[in-house]
Amino acid sequence: MEILAYAAFFLTVALTYAIMCLGLNVQWGQTGLFNVGIAGFVGIGAYVSAALTTPDVAERIGGFGLPIAVGWLAAMAAGGLLALAVGLLTLRMRSDYLAITTFGIAVALQLVFQNAESLTGGAFGMAFIPRPFAGLQGQAFAFNVINLALTAAVVLVCYLLLEHLLRSPWGRALRAVREDETAAQALGKNPVLLRIQAFALGGVIMALAGAVQAHFIGFIAPGNYLPMMTFQVWAMLIVGGSGNNRGAILGAVLVWAIWALSGALISEVFPADQQARAASLQIVAIGVMLCVILLWRPQGILPEVRSVSRHLGRRNKDR
Amino acid sequence: MNPQAIIDGLISGSTIGLGAIGLTLTYSILRFANFTHGDFLAWGAYLTLTVAGVLGGLAAGLGAPLTPFSFGWGLPLAVLGGVVLTVALALGLDRVLFGRLRARGADAIIIVMASFGASMALRSLLEFIFTAKPAYFTKALQIAKPLGLGMRATPDQLLVIGLTAVLVLMLHLLVTHSAIGRAMRAVSENPALAGVFGVDVDKVVRVTWIIGASMACLAGVMAGLLVQIRPYMGFDLLLPLFAAAILGGIGSIPGAMLGGLIIGLTEAFAVQIIGAEWRAAISFIILVLVLMLRPQGLFGRKGA
Repeated sequence: MEILAYAAFFLTVALTYAIMCLGLNVQWGQTGLFNVGIAGFVGIGAYVSAALTTPDVAERIGGFGLPIAVGWLAAMAAGGLLALAVGLLTLRMRSDYLAITTFGIAVALQLVFQNAESLTGGAFGMAFIPRPFAGLQGQAFAFNVINLALTAAVVLVCYLLLEHLLRSPWGRALRAVREDETAAQALGKNPVLLRIQAFALGGVIMALAGAVQAHFIGFIAPGNYLPMMTFQVWAMLIVGGSGNNRGAILGAVLVWAIWALSGALISEVFPADQQARAASLQIVAIGVMLCVILLWRPQGILPEVRSVSRHLGRRNKDR
Repeated sequence: MNPQAIIDGLISGSTIGLGAIGLTLTYSILRFANFTHGDFLAWGAYLTLTVAGVLGGLAAGLGAPLTPFSFGWGLPLAVLGGVVLTVALALGLDRVLFGRLRARGADAIIIVMASFGASMALRSLLEFIFTAKPAYFTKALQIAKPLGLGMRATPDQLLVIGLTAVLVLMLHLLVTHSAIGRAMRAVSENPALAGVFGVDVDKVVRVTWIIGASMACLAGVMAGLLVQIRPYMGFDLLLPLFAAAILGGIGSIPGAMLGGLIIGLTEAFAVQIIGAEWRAAISFIILVLVLMLRPQGLFGRKGA
């Protein structure tokens, strides 16, 4: 029973990463927008939802005790607005300016989480974030399973919605812009507008992932939203297969499993005083894995499904 | 406003500027935003520290401070070794990773992603080898000497500013007056065309990494000498480096230096107003302002 409860817990966390991965897949996989600030978008979702739903605390502004669903919606709005602002600023320029700007967004938000104590609780973070089905907290198994079901439902809704969108004319236009911007423009599509829409949609989903994760764990702190998180989500999408929503979910579960297992291995093998040091080897391993996959199998485990006629010939050798 | 901020800003601006030179060159010649560049600074500092340790073991006299500076002959000698090793690291990484992706004709953005992965790996490897505990080139304490107008600086700090000025001038002359400099400018204009006109593009790529990695190593050593050496030092400087390179105009060495100084000075003054904890946000704000008002930077051309 204990192991099943842990399995449910593990899968729930993995699925919150799967939501982030789905968000990144809209931005990168479908549109080719390189976002290096995922942690910032996830963090803003978590903090906005937490600020609205936690009970009132004397030392902090916020704490409105609103329902969890309101928190989730507000988180999505915040993530979307942030992505919209970044998109409007950079998406007319060279593609790597977006990378640098999103990196900066994540650094700047990290500072806000850390230092704006009256809003975010500073380094101590925010506790008492209401957890869904809190009434069941006494029974670990039931609590974890029902939360797993809820998170899986969120993943499923995101997945179905995105699949639908990507098969719509809008999704086809996105890929057209990614593949050949000039041709898409000649056909009357507005590349900048399409990119901004896709970037904002991705931001909405990432912020939702942050809110879902924060409410499941019940506690957030600035340390959760380091560049490390951005990096993990990237590894997940590239391993699973960018451009493929099923690949995004598979990659999230797989990389999270590798991460958790290697963490467990390190705590077995290394003495307690060396564990923090050995944990950095985990990051080295994921970094090397990301580079190796980019070199040898850039399409990931589940390659992007061709959505054009197969008579059109080979395309897209880099992804 | 405390005039000491001018000196503090010039010192940190020197480090940022030197670091941004490599970034701006790889950006304009190899055409990708290299996220590993910050890690070259940190690796440069640690490699120099390691060489200094080896030298110190060989000859004890090398550690005796060269008055008025806080370090002995060991450090300048070790820097030479550190520069060579940092250049080897950059060239090696280009060989196994960036060069292969380039040869395959990969999108610039795929190379950026690879550099992001490599950056995480390099930084964590430093943390594994040397632990997260800060290290120091010298334990000697220096007294800051008054310079007038209420400003003070240590001899080490003044050396850093002077050395940076000399290096930037030399590099600028190299790029504007030598054959390899002309070749570099040709490749940054149009690599295919430069190749057709007989420019050795591979050599230009090598020289770009050599200059960039050497300057990164020197910047890392300076930051290490004046503050401390940590595995995260380069990563924390990454945003200021990018902001300086973009502010100066991609591809311009004087621009990168000036961008670095502007960011260093703005940080130093802003710290007095809004507090040191917000320091890292300054480069972000400058970056956003540049992108909104003058995306080509101070010395860049439109459409770059």
